[in-house]
Amino acid sequence: MRLRIGRRTGAVVATVTAAALLAACGGGKQPGGAAAGGDGPSAWALTGGTEEVFRAQFDAWDAEHPDQEFSVEWFANDAYKEKIRTAVGAGNSPTLIYGWSGGTLADYAANGKVVDLGDSVTELNERLIPSVAANGEVDGTTYAVPNTHTQPVVMYHNKEVLDAAGVDVPTTYDELLDAVGTLQDEGVTPIALAGQSVWPELMWIQYLTDRIGGPEVFQAVLDGEEGAWSDPAIVEATTKIRELVDAGAFGDSFGSVNADQNADTALVHTGKAAFVLQGSWVYPNFLEAAPELVESGGLGYTTFPAVEGGAGDPANIVGNPSNFWSVSADASEDAQTAAKEFISTEVLSDDVVDDLLEIGAVPPITGLEDKIAAQADSDHPSFVYGLVRDAPHFQLSWDQALPPAQAQELLDNLSQLFLGQIDPQQFSDAMDATL
Amino acid sequence: MAGPALALFGVFAVVPLLGVVVLSFMSWDGLGDPVWAGIDNWGRTLADPVTQNAMRLTVVVTVVSWLFQAPVSLLLGVFMAGRQRYRAVLSVLYFLPLLFSAAAVAIAYRALLDPNFGLGTALGIPWLSQDWIGDPDLALWVVLFVIGWCFVPFHSLLYQGGVRQIPRSMYEAALLDGAGRVQQFLHITLPQLKYTIITSSTLMIVGSLTYFDLIFVLTNGGPGNATRILPLDMYLTGFRSYDMGKASVIAVVLVVVGLTVSLLLNRLSGANKMESQMEGL
Repeated sequence: MRLRIGRRTGAVVATVTAAALLAACGGGKQPGGAAAGGDGPSAWALTGGTEEVFRAQFDAWDAEHPDQEFSVEWFANDAYKEKIRTAVGAGNSPTLIYGWSGGTLADYAANGKVVDLGDSVTELNERLIPSVAANGEVDGTTYAVPNTHTQPVVMYHNKEVLDAAGVDVPTTYDELLDAVGTLQDEGVTPIALAGQSVWPELMWIQYLTDRIGGPEVFQAVLDGEEGAWSDPAIVEATTKIRELVDAGAFGDSFGSVNADQNADTALVHTGKAAFVLQGSWVYPNFLEAAPELVESGGLGYTTFPAVEGGAGDPANIVGNPSNFWSVSADASEDAQTAAKEFISTEVLSDDVVDDLLEIGAVPPITGLEDKIAAQADSDHPSFVYGLVRDAPHFQLSWDQALPPAQAQELLDNLSQLFLGQIDPQQFSDAMDATL
Repeated sequence: MAGPALALFGVFAVVPLLGVVVLSFMSWDGLGDPVWAGIDNWGRTLADPVTQNAMRLTVVVTVVSWLFQAPVSLLLGVFMAGRQRYRAVLSVLYFLPLLFSAAAVAIAYRALLDPNFGLGTALGIPWLSQDWIGDPDLALWVVLFVIGWCFVPFHSLLYQGGVRQIPRSMYEAALLDGAGRVQQFLHITLPQLKYTIITSSTLMIVGSLTYFDLIFVLTNGGPGNATRILPLDMYLTGFRSYDMGKASVIAVVLVVVGLTVSLLLNRLSGANKMESQMEGL
């Protein structure tokens, strides 16, 4: 009897061990083989969000070019970001490379991995909003072209919470600071911040730096000028960040708030927080999670407040100008030609613009005012469109604009600044060391 | 006979390992061509405060994980080895965490520990609404607890099996000699479990050294660098900063330390001799 049970236990242990080992082995991401195989054009694109709009473009192309069909593979955002750079480095990239421009695009261009798009984008470039199109250029050459909607960062707020506290929407930093005090007295978190994700903290330093010193300050960082992170505008911005944190603007547990699970926007639509500074991509989430609030006009949105005496234009915006297509230099001649033709005929064509508008996304194309106004829910898209159209400067998120190593250092140090582990001076010193 | 196995091991373990060693002397951002850098990467990595902090954290995680998991799983295992029905029912419950993938556990805990919408709010217990994974002083302990929650069931199972292998006659003899429950545990159960303890401890220690997925999803090394242990540091350096040279140095350090520790454990414990513990039975 004992022996039998002993054996059974042993078998269970062995099975469980094997299962655990298998689970461990299966943990790695193993997307399908490289799409570069064969001579036909290929592309890697992202799931979720505007996936259907992209699928429609590839379907339309394939129907018209049966001999040059695109082989498309679809990835989740994070999985894609990890895979694409390795693929490009190894010469196995798809013909169409999906990207965010910035430091990564500059790296691709410097290593001769992407081609000059030349004439194929002339026509499209004329229709694009210039501040968005500018992100596809490296040293005056167009290596990437916007392929989807534009996503600036804006200040969302819960009007019901503001009304209950008797707070007006702040137009300046000082008004914001006053509002923080009043809202705290009311027992709500003044500003929701997803500190665990760190990147939402970037939006604060980006906007404050721009409002105080203008876009030139960060341009100096990009140009690698010595001591660029010690610019008085950046020091003032980081000092203001500390001022906000110390005043309790973000509550006392922002380090546990995660943007991937929309915990920051949830704080606002549940009335636990008044403001959240986030990209316009969170709007569908508000719509889905709190339709009554949005439909009753309880969700407000506005530009980031100005800073008194600041040199930056308060109409400047930061965020994600768009996503971009580049064409791989490692692809065959035929595939490159096909990809360029795809860009000039399908990307942000009138059909695509309509598709995007239909899902509430705003394409970075000029002259869309009437089309947007004709949409069912035009308030938010009109607001976003106006922001982007009128912005003298659209700053790409710093973590995308910088080369990857510097971007990581920035996120690390910024997170420590918000947590109070380093002060503004230490932040500037640490970042200057990366230049 | 061993040919295919050796070939597989060579191609998928030894060759990449050698590649990493070579890469640790080169500078490469994943895009261009790797450039020879000599011992530059090594000096740079070992002097980096972030990496030094990661090494310190890894030691803490390894030691505390063992101190926490080993006694808990040993006691649970002994308890589960009993044949009463209620123990069998409880054993099934203890077993549950083993069925979940680390990523799912991490996401679930992230939601449960959310100070605004998590367990504290749901149950109406304000004390539970701490800044669990957002406070640099708390996060590491929370991570250690969740790792323990994941792995204690597996190790309890090992101990349960081990205890059930101990011949009942030993306990009967001890009982005749007037040994109480505690004495039986100390003088029969523990010594008889020697090899189970060694196996389980080796798995725990080497596992903690290379632990990655749960922390990656739960805190991503944050807040600040409070939970950035060495494997995470390696990953973030390699696949976020694309500093492959530095990441390779960390990888080599991990391999060397991991191999040394498991060899040492094997040697010190005499497990390689595997002598019988049941003379006279």
